[in-house]
Amino acid sequence: MDKSEPKEAIAISLAKKQQEISISQFFEKNRHLLGFDNKRKALMTTIKEAVDNSLDACEEAKILPEISVEIIDMQNERFRVIVEDNGPGIVKNQIPKVFAKLLYGSKFFRLSQSRGQQGIGISASVMYAQLTTGRPAKITSRISKDHPAHYYELHIDTQKNKPEIIKEDEVVWEKEHGTRIELDLEASYQAGNQSVDQYLKQTSIVNPHVTIIYTNPKAEQIIFQRATDNLPKEAIEIKPHPYGVELGRMMSMLKMTEARTLQSFLSNEFSRVGSGTSKTICENAKLLPNTSPDNMTREMIEQLINGIKNTKLIAPPTDCISPIGAELLEKGLRKEVNAEFYATTTRPPSVYRGNPFIVEAGIAFGGNQSAEEPVNLFRYANRVPLLYQQGACAVSKSVINTAWRNYGLSQSRGALPIGPCTIVVHIASVWVPFTSESKEAIAHYPEIIKEIKLALQEVGRELASYVHKKKRVGLELEKRGYITKYIPYVGEALKELLGLKDIDERKVEEYLKELLEKKRGSIDDLEFDPSKNEEYDEEYAKIGKESDDESDDKSEKESDDEKQTTLD
Amino acid sequence: MENVVKKIKEIADDVYKKILKKKYPELHMPLRSLQNVKYDPKEGYFELVGKEKGRTMSVSTIKTFAQSLKMMSLSKELVETNDIATKREAYYVSKNWGDARFVSQPESDTVMDDIEAMLMVNREQIGFIPEEKGGDVAGKLIVIDKDPDTGKVIKIDCTKFGSGAYSIPSSVEELKFETEAKFVLAIETAGMFQRLVKHNYWKKANCILISMGGVPTRACRRFIRRLSDDMKLPVYVFTDGDYYGYFNIYRTLKVGSGNAAHINKYFCVPRAIFLGVTPQDIINYKLPTHPLKDVDIKRGKDALKNDPFVHHYKEWQHAIKQMSELRARAEQQALAKWGLNFVIDKYLPEKLKNPKSWLP
Repeated sequence: MDKSEPKEAIAISLAKKQQEISISQFFEKNRHLLGFDNKRKALMTTIKEAVDNSLDACEEAKILPEISVEIIDMQNERFRVIVEDNGPGIVKNQIPKVFAKLLYGSKFFRLSQSRGQQGIGISASVMYAQLTTGRPAKITSRISKDHPAHYYELHIDTQKNKPEIIKEDEVVWEKEHGTRIELDLEASYQAGNQSVDQYLKQTSIVNPHVTIIYTNPKAEQIIFQRATDNLPKEAIEIKPHPYGVELGRMMSMLKMTEARTLQSFLSNEFSRVGSGTSKTICENAKLLPNTSPDNMTREMIEQLINGIKNTKLIAPPTDCISPIGAELLEKGLRKEVNAEFYATTTRPPSVYRGNPFIVEAGIAFGGNQSAEEPVNLFRYANRVPLLYQQGACAVSKSVINTAWRNYGLSQSRGALPIGPCTIVVHIASVWVPFTSESKEAIAHYPEIIKEIKLALQEVGRELASYVHKKKRVGLELEKRGYITKYIPYVGEALKELLGLKDIDERKVEEYLKELLEKKRGSIDDLEFDPSKNEEYDEEYAKIGKESDDESDDKSEKESDDEKQTTLD
Repeated sequence: MENVVKKIKEIADDVYKKILKKKYPELHMPLRSLQNVKYDPKEGYFELVGKEKGRTMSVSTIKTFAQSLKMMSLSKELVETNDIATKREAYYVSKNWGDARFVSQPESDTVMDDIEAMLMVNREQIGFIPEEKGGDVAGKLIVIDKDPDTGKVIKIDCTKFGSGAYSIPSSVEELKFETEAKFVLAIETAGMFQRLVKHNYWKKANCILISMGGVPTRACRRFIRRLSDDMKLPVYVFTDGDYYGYFNIYRTLKVGSGNAAHINKYFCVPRAIFLGVTPQDIINYKLPTHPLKDVDIKRGKDALKNDPFVHHYKEWQHAIKQMSELRARAEQQALAKWGLNFVIDKYLPEKLKNPKSWLP
């Protein structure tokens, strides 16, 4: 025992170093996981988190969102970001937790289509601001005209992952309800690809019910006006489907349930499980239906999960998903891209790992788009544009794996197709599987990839028939042009042969042209007319495309390309 | 000549009226090919059977439609002003027609032949003349022509050209003849003609020698036809022993071609007789030969299948079969194997004496 003492002593000294790491501390060191890799991205992510929260809150409260976003340049790479919404507001005592406690949120434990999922985003932004400028987040929120507006200045205690209230007050606010957040952070602003401007614009494309008033650091105001007064169909909350629940989640669900028996636990807590199905699961899991959830051991829970796998279950309900709809998607595309041809589709709902999801795709072909460049790809998840990590995303993989040559675009192996084309893919789900917490790329689930491909093939087929028709019309026009070229010589010869007057000669030519039109039938005019698209807004389309600093933009792109090659 | 202008105007008027009625205008012309002729043994030439081709405002025919009308207009102008244009000149005139111009002369020749066929007249009647001269003549023939300036009669004695020859003009209609020759010998190659002239073969055989220089021109065919008709002279044809000599040269001379079927009536020589070189000659005279190429064999098969002239004559069918068994052809000059003058001393006299060695 004496000899073992030194060992113990080492263990004790080691134990002194071992301590609980708060989640805030973890993310402080791993800020890239949340989308704060660099200063430019930090600005975009901060605004994205604030806007996503506002939109979720407004839609939940059935309020047509009107969001003001303001970026003020404070010099020395410091920016003040102010996001204000007309949402339902937040009750007083929740405000500190919502904004200054990581993993505090309403959306993690429920399944419904929303932008936010984990309750990390906005508090991570608050933390980032605090880390880079030391300044507190300033929050104002009001829930109705009968209540006062509450004002908070908050820090996050990163040790304890707890809000630290610097200042709290009741203030006068002209808004009846809504929330306003003001953050000072270290950042860099740059227009162009992957910018705040692009994010806000792409948000407005797929959220036609939203008005965003955006003031950029140059103090220029841009208003993204809503295109419809109809809120999207309400996203319905559903219970989890047994197929999608993994061991850890099952354990915590068993701990929290109020059910007395395993059978009632299954039928109460899951969708698509009645008492009959519940019994079958128990049989397949070789567990007694009247087992108390409290008494379930790890082994039993594994048995239960295997039992679920071996039981045939109806797919989860899918009416809980609210797609944008093919029509509105096309409207959004028309606004952004002045093309000759548009096609959009909304797939029927499908299921991955017990989670229902819907894929929508759209394509805009021709017009003033470049024919020599790879297609433009817009990715969306639950109406949120995804601007980073294109190469790692299941959407890109699906686009690459679709045989675009069949649809009239050129494509080399393992690459995006080349052509004058913009492709939009939207995935709506109660739980979108992102590859990381920064929610930049969608994970490669085979079911999701398959659905995306089917959607792309649908719009691809429409594109192919348009491209072929265009070719056909082109050929016919060429033939007519050829024939028309010789008509004057027929007139001339007849004039010489019969001594016709000039007027008769012209008549001959005119009649022959008429005859040609009649005999060969009318053809659709497929010439691209830029003024035909009434939805298109040139000024609007420019937003997020201009670039102040070429070199920086380029490096951003390159790093993204790199990811593409390594992750594919 | 006015008749031609009237016909041209009628056709043009028809096109014009169709257009005014808002109907598709069309030009119709006889199809000029072997598929559209039949051999009439009584008349002795290929006759059109009436298949037509049309030109209208389709992608494939609009250009030639416009060109045909322009060519008709040029023809009308030529006839009205009593002018002529060679085929090549007509081609160059078209260079002023903008997009409707001809790219190459065969194109303009084809359109010209079509108009000729459409009007059923000879190309000279619509103002166009060929460049090529008609062929060479030597021997016992006096050609009576007129001085182009004075109109005075000129007598041309074809025995008086020494080692040279009289050249057949492009238009032979106005010529008259005097002769005491017994026959006409029409020869494929200029080389053989030279040899026969050099050795005054015409004197020995009392005949007229004509060099056709390959496929005989229209003038040459008409010239021989007139000797055959007016002077009642037998015409013997002497070509290489191959399908080109048999069909492109001899058959065209005798009954006409598919391509110019509309004018065969005037340009055929129905009484022409094939003297040699026949496949049987190749065997009999043990002539040096060249092997038949695939295209030659195909040409023989084609003739058996599609040529109405061959269909009519068993002798020719037999000759083709014989040649395809030989798998060989022989040139006129191959007779030189037996000495340079073997053709004069032996071959021609023997052949002329033996009608059984001829082909119809």
